[in-house]
Amino acid sequence: MHPSESLNNKQVALGIHPLRFLLWLMIISITMMFAAFTSAYIVRRGEGGWLEFDLPSGLLFNSAVIVLSSAAMQLAWFSARRDELRRVQWAMLATFALGVLFLIGQWQVWEELVQSKIFFGGADSNPAGSFVYVLTGVHGFHLITGLVFLLVVLLKSLRFQVHSRQMMAMTNGAIYWHFLGGLWLYLYLFLLLNH
Amino acid sequence: MGSAPTSAPHIQHHVAGDHHDEHHDEGNFLTKYVFSTDHKMIAKQFLISGIAWAFIGATLSTLFRIQLGWPDAQLTWLEPLLGRWVEGGKLNPEFYLALVTMHGTIMVFFVLTAGLSGTFSNFLIPLQIGARDMASGFMNMLSFWFFFLAGIVMFVSLFLETGPAAAGWTIYPPLSALPQAIPGSGAGQTLWLVSMALFIVSQLLGGVNYITTVINLRTAGMSMAKLPLTIWSFFLTAILGLLSFPVLFSAALLLIFDRSFGTSFFLSDIYIGGEALNHVGGSPILFQHLFWFLGHPEVYIVIMPAMGIVSEVMATNARKPIFGYRAMIGSLIGISLLSFVVWAHHMFVTGMNPFLGSVFMFLTLIIAVPSAVKTFNWLATLWRGNIRFTTAMMFAIGFVSLFVSGGLTGIILGNAALDIQMHNTYFVVAHFHLVMGSSAFFGMFAGVYHWFPKMFGRMMDEKLGYVHFWLTILAAYLVFLPMHYVGIAGFPRRYYAYTAYETFNQFADLNTFISIAAIFAFFAQFVFLFNFVYSIFRGRRATENPWNSNTLEWTTPVEPGHGNWPGAIPAVYRWPYDYSKPGAEQDFIPQHIPYSQTVSSNLPYEREME
Repeated sequence: MHPSESLNNKQVALGIHPLRFLLWLMIISITMMFAAFTSAYIVRRGEGGWLEFDLPSGLLFNSAVIVLSSAAMQLAWFSARRDELRRVQWAMLATFALGVLFLIGQWQVWEELVQSKIFFGGADSNPAGSFVYVLTGVHGFHLITGLVFLLVVLLKSLRFQVHSRQMMAMTNGAIYWHFLGGLWLYLYLFLLLNH
Repeated sequence: MGSAPTSAPHIQHHVAGDHHDEHHDEGNFLTKYVFSTDHKMIAKQFLISGIAWAFIGATLSTLFRIQLGWPDAQLTWLEPLLGRWVEGGKLNPEFYLALVTMHGTIMVFFVLTAGLSGTFSNFLIPLQIGARDMASGFMNMLSFWFFFLAGIVMFVSLFLETGPAAAGWTIYPPLSALPQAIPGSGAGQTLWLVSMALFIVSQLLGGVNYITTVINLRTAGMSMAKLPLTIWSFFLTAILGLLSFPVLFSAALLLIFDRSFGTSFFLSDIYIGGEALNHVGGSPILFQHLFWFLGHPEVYIVIMPAMGIVSEVMATNARKPIFGYRAMIGSLIGISLLSFVVWAHHMFVTGMNPFLGSVFMFLTLIIAVPSAVKTFNWLATLWRGNIRFTTAMMFAIGFVSLFVSGGLTGIILGNAALDIQMHNTYFVVAHFHLVMGSSAFFGMFAGVYHWFPKMFGRMMDEKLGYVHFWLTILAAYLVFLPMHYVGIAGFPRRYYAYTAYETFNQFADLNTFISIAAIFAFFAQFVFLFNFVYSIFRGRRATENPWNSNTLEWTTPVEPGHGNWPGAIPAVYRWPYDYSKPGAEQDFIPQHIPYSQTVSSNLPYEREME
């Protein structure tokens, strides 16, 4: 048999674990959703009748919180690679807590908006305000799914099931969490530029 | 990093084949037939639900064709079925619109998206690429049950007191947003949106699985350039779904907010009974842009799996390699790319900037190029082939005929100037029913007749299949050819009764004729239903490879068990279309036969690989 016919050395797949690949595809579909929202925002804004208002100041604080949360996640990931399992647990706990803090902060932002009479719906609402609620709300929903993911990784790390030879869940969690953080920074920047 | 793919244990237990594992294979009724994670069972679940939905969708169309064909008839005899929707022997006009809406929704999404992709992507992807199962069997199961739940919600909406959704399958606001405008936009539309949200989740769960499986789980030697065209078409279809369904989800979400939370994304300055509504500053055109960004790729999601199935069935039964294998892949990719940049050709009459219209017109007409490449390749595959007219082959040829007939009018409608004349007439209805409706159905029938032996271990009856084919293709043309004619004459869509207009009265006979043909087509499908159900239990026993086909699924046992191959997965050495190769012993060489075993037929460049 000719050597080219022995197929052992052929690598047909991408070398990515199927679960990792599934995650990337889901990230693509979430991206498409927000691409639709933000392009709808631009089209709708271009048509006029748009209420201009100052973004709540809480958004900046929340952005800082989610960046810190991503940093903690990265710390947990590096620690897992180096088998420093205690630090993995602390860093995961910090990531999770900062994620919850971000969500509470977004809730405060909504309250701030209501106080300045920017409503989601009803007679006094304007699409300009409604869009802010939709963008933060749908992002918040995905962040909750991210927190569930973090919780799974956290529980695994508390049972010492996350270490340098078992990184699948940890890395997937980190990818998803960084994506959600990056998505928020995009949305924040988008809102800043389009106001 | 990470654990081995989930399929690995199956390899071991089949090799070991001890008693305990065999028992595990059978499972109980619930895990084998209901909450199954086996791709073959999930495919059958999709197929049977798809068939059920197709009959519901066709029943709805029969009802409104009765109204259109005999507008003055007394319909009291329908009261047992429709109850209050028949008032004094007349069909309720708003219920007529609900029938049209639900027919469109059911056929496009539940039958031709879930029924077609769900069945054949699930069944064929692992079998044809040489995998034990999908990348995630659990997500695959979820995909079916989300679809099932979506179906329940949609079905329940048919029985609401205010009727199901009635704003068309495209659910344009403001009509779909205001219950004051039409009763179907009340609870019916709410259930429609809930159902579609569940449906989108189902499609995404299924789609990411199809893509991952094709990318990651191909057997040794199965490079992308050795994949059967079915797999290429399912793969690209799944990518289209992954990119476009989230956008529909966004649009539906904003519509839900407009309907139930008082936002004004799509609604603006509406007066009802002299009263101004609260909505200020929305844009209904924005909804159309978001909707058609899904809506146009959606028609390719419907037709591309049919194209793949037809290519495979046609090459097998013409006993010839598919003509232009790489051109076929290239044209599929071309169609996929173009599908995302033509959506506004559905919106030429929305007051669009004529320059923008001409850009979309230009891009639309380019689609004729890859479509023509495919058509000519199919014809060239048939040319001087050693054709076996199996039922599947008849449907595959019928597909090409319908696709050409319907595609030609697409060139007319793609022209902005002509579309403005034809828009909202029956010409449009005739166009899309031929090119994506009937064609996709023919592709699906070809697939069912062709892969039935592998699905159920038995053959479908060929004679009944012939009867089904001839009745169906005859009826399809008898319905849709006259429809072009009334469309050119200006007969408008979505009109419940046209007898009030002197101009359209002259088409009463033609409409009656179309209705008779449509009802005839509906009854012809019972031949298929009987053949399908009867053959599952009483059909002739199939062999492993009844069509002498090359692809890997035919190397599995007659009824493949969980894990598909009892032993090792075969490796792949050649492309799937080595039919009638000069010098070969038989007129087919399956993909898993190495070149060293086919010395007599190897071409000069293949000698190195012996």
